[in-house]
Amino acid sequence: MAEMNTNDKSHGKKGGKKRGKKMSTRVDLTPMVDLGFLLVTFFMLTTTFSKPQTMEINMPVKPKGTEITQEDQNAVKASKALTILLGEDNKIFYYSGVPSKEITPEVTDYSTEGIRKVLLEKNKEVNGLVVLIKPTDSSSYKNVVDILDEMNISSIKRYALVDVAPIDLDLIKNL
Amino acid sequence: MPKVKVPRKSTSVDMTAMCDVAFLLLTFFMLTTQFKPDNSVIVDTPSSISDIKLPDTDIMNITVTNDGVVYFGIDNKNFSRQMLIERIGQKYGIEFTAAEVKAFELTSSFGVPINQLKGWLSMDDFERKSFKQPGIPVDSTNNELGIWIMQSRLSNPNLRIAIAGDGNCTYPVIKKVINTLQDKNVNKFNLITDLEANPNKI
Repeated sequence: MAEMNTNDKSHGKKGGKKRGKKMSTRVDLTPMVDLGFLLVTFFMLTTTFSKPQTMEINMPVKPKGTEITQEDQNAVKASKALTILLGEDNKIFYYSGVPSKEITPEVTDYSTEGIRKVLLEKNKEVNGLVVLIKPTDSSSYKNVVDILDEMNISSIKRYALVDVAPIDLDLIKNL
Repeated sequence: MPKVKVPRKSTSVDMTAMCDVAFLLLTFFMLTTQFKPDNSVIVDTPSSISDIKLPDTDIMNITVTNDGVVYFGIDNKNFSRQMLIERIGQKYGIEFTAAEVKAFELTSSFGVPINQLKGWLSMDDFERKSFKQPGIPVDSTNNELGIWIMQSRLSNPNLRIAIAGDGNCTYPVIKKVINTLQDKNVNKFNLITDLEANPNKI
């Protein structure tokens, strides 16, 4: 079907009325379809279909002029605080309450059975739980996003990303 | 035994319907398309369950690659890029030629310190692409990222800030970026992530 169909039947008659040649109105659309799909493919490949997903994060407002002291950070009620330290090699250390020499943080990981279980249990146990997330310098950005994500998953309302304190580093040094 | 004659059917099919479909799709894609900006940097962002979509305009992008190089970019709505480079030029006493301003408008993200910016912009397209960008300084002594953030917010007050970090990049670099933002009183920003399934909804 590469050419236009023309009507050739009227050739046999010689006399009689002259009739206008009846041309078929059918046009071969195959090349047009080809062109259409070529352009469709082009636009499909160049289009950015999905916009990037984002996670919104609010940082605590820094008071002007003064550095946040250790005491300010501990102002969170000790009974409601849970500190999560992000260590190297995808390890998580956590403990409840204020940091002190006697505490031995527990070790866990980013799996469903790991930190998520802990968070869900804590959230049930403690009303108004506040989670302090302290990423150490050896943790990766993925760890931070993962732990923020865990907060969303276990629907913990109050959490903050804070700098790690020297005492926390001492606690996890030997673990 | 008589042969069974298979009736010959015409192989031609009516293409009108297919043509309609093709052009319908074509129209759809033409109207919805937005050309991919040629990103100079590729980062592998971590995944999260968050499904908030990032708007197209009024966005400032801070990209951090896995080796800790920081790139900066904003969208060019209402010529905000042109305004931005003019402000930076005034602040640092650098005269940018019209061609350099044009080149700056057309680039997406860049990671060049301000003192190398003029040289980088005066290169031709190919050289500029192959140039190894050292990244924008974010150290506390020389924090150019802070200046860029400040100046872009002056040229477009509605900017939202998005950080696209590579999952393997170490936290201290991100911390520097976040600290810079907080110094400029930006306490709310977006982290660009890939989508993953929400375990609560399965």
